[in-house]
Amino acid sequence: MIPVEHYVTLSSLLFIIGGVGFLVRRNVLVTLMSIEVMLNAVNLALVAFNRARPWHAIGQTYAGGSHTGQVFAFFIIAAEAAEVAVGLAIVLALYRLRRTVRSDEADLLKN
Amino acid sequence: MSAVGTVYFYVCAALALAGALAVVAARNPIRSAMGLLLLILSVAGLFLALHAQFLAAIQLIVYAGAIVVLFLFVIMLLGPSASPPSDRRGVVARTIGGGIFALAGLSAMAAVVRAAAAAHRTMPMPDVDASFGGIDAFGSVLFSDALAPFELSSALLMVAVVGAIAVARGRQGIKALSRSEQEIAHGPPASEPAQEHSGVFRHDIDSASPALPERGQRLGVHEAPHDAPAQGAKESSV
Repeated sequence: MIPVEHYVTLSSLLFIIGGVGFLVRRNVLVTLMSIEVMLNAVNLALVAFNRARPWHAIGQTYAGGSHTGQVFAFFIIAAEAAEVAVGLAIVLALYRLRRTVRSDEADLLKN
Repeated sequence: MSAVGTVYFYVCAALALAGALAVVAARNPIRSAMGLLLLILSVAGLFLALHAQFLAAIQLIVYAGAIVVLFLFVIMLLGPSASPPSDRRGVVARTIGGGIFALAGLSAMAAVVRAAAAAHRTMPMPDVDASFGGIDAFGSVLFSDALAPFELSSALLMVAVVGAIAVARGRQGIKALSRSEQEIAHGPPASEPAQEHSGVFRHDIDSASPALPERGQRLGVHEAPHDAPAQGAKESSV
C-alpha cells in the first residue's frame, strides 16, 4: 500500500507547478487552467488523508468510515465548475472589449 | 497486488506531473487543455486507488466532460488570438515571483518529506469496507451531515450560471441580440438592397467578356511543364 506521504508529496508538486504557472503565464486561459491544477492537487491531498484517517468525522461516525475529505473534495469540484463558468465568461468579455486574452492588458480599472 | 499497486501509483503520478507541466509550459492553449485532461484522468485513477470511486466518476464527468470541453470551446471561439505572440515585458518580475513561490512550496514539501523520513514509519493506510467511497456510503453522508452545504451549492451553481450569462453577454443592448431576436423586437428588416454580383455569380455573363479567362491565359504555365524535366536532368547530371 502506498503511504500517504507519497500522495502528499505528489500533491504539493502539482500545487507548486500550478502556482508557478499562475504567476508566470499571462494568457488568461492558461492562468485558469493553472488554478484547475492547484485545485486538483488539493483534492488529491484531501482524498488521500481521508483514506489514511477514515474514522475521524465531523459529526457522527459511521461503521464503514467517514467521508469528510471526500465531501470536501466534492464541494471543491462543485465550486470549481462555477468558477470556470464565470471565469471563462470574464475571458470572453475581456476579449470583446480589448481583443486580447493577455492578463496584463486587462487594465480597465487602472487610473 | 502490492507491486501492482505501487506501479499503478507511480504511473499515475508521472502522468499527472507530465500533464501539469504541459498545462504550464505549452505555448498553445489547446495543448494546455490536453495536459489538463491528462492530469484529470490520472488524478481520477489515483482516486480509484484511494477508495474514492464516486469521486473518480465525478472527476471524469465534471472535469473531463464539462470543464475541459468548456475550455476547448472558448479556445476554439477565440481562434488564433487565444495564443497571442509572446513578448518579453515583465518577464524578470514574473520569473522572480514564480521562483519565490516555487522555493517556498518546495521547502514546505521538503519539510514534510524530512519529517516523514525522521519518523521512521509511514502513516498506515487502514483497511476500510468495500463500500467506502461508493455512491451508497458517500450519498448517505452527503444527505445527512453535509446536507446544508449540498443544498447551498445548488444556489452557488445557479448564481454562477446567471452571472456567466450576464457577464459573457455584456450590456450592448440591441446589438447583442441575434438576428431573429432583433426581428422580434423591431419587425422584419427592410428588404436587402440589390447587390452588385461579380465573378461566377454574375447574372449578365456575355460571351464578349467571360467571367473566367482562357485556359492558357489563366494558368500561364505554357513553358513550365517542358522546363521542369530539363532542369531535373540538369541537376541529376551535376
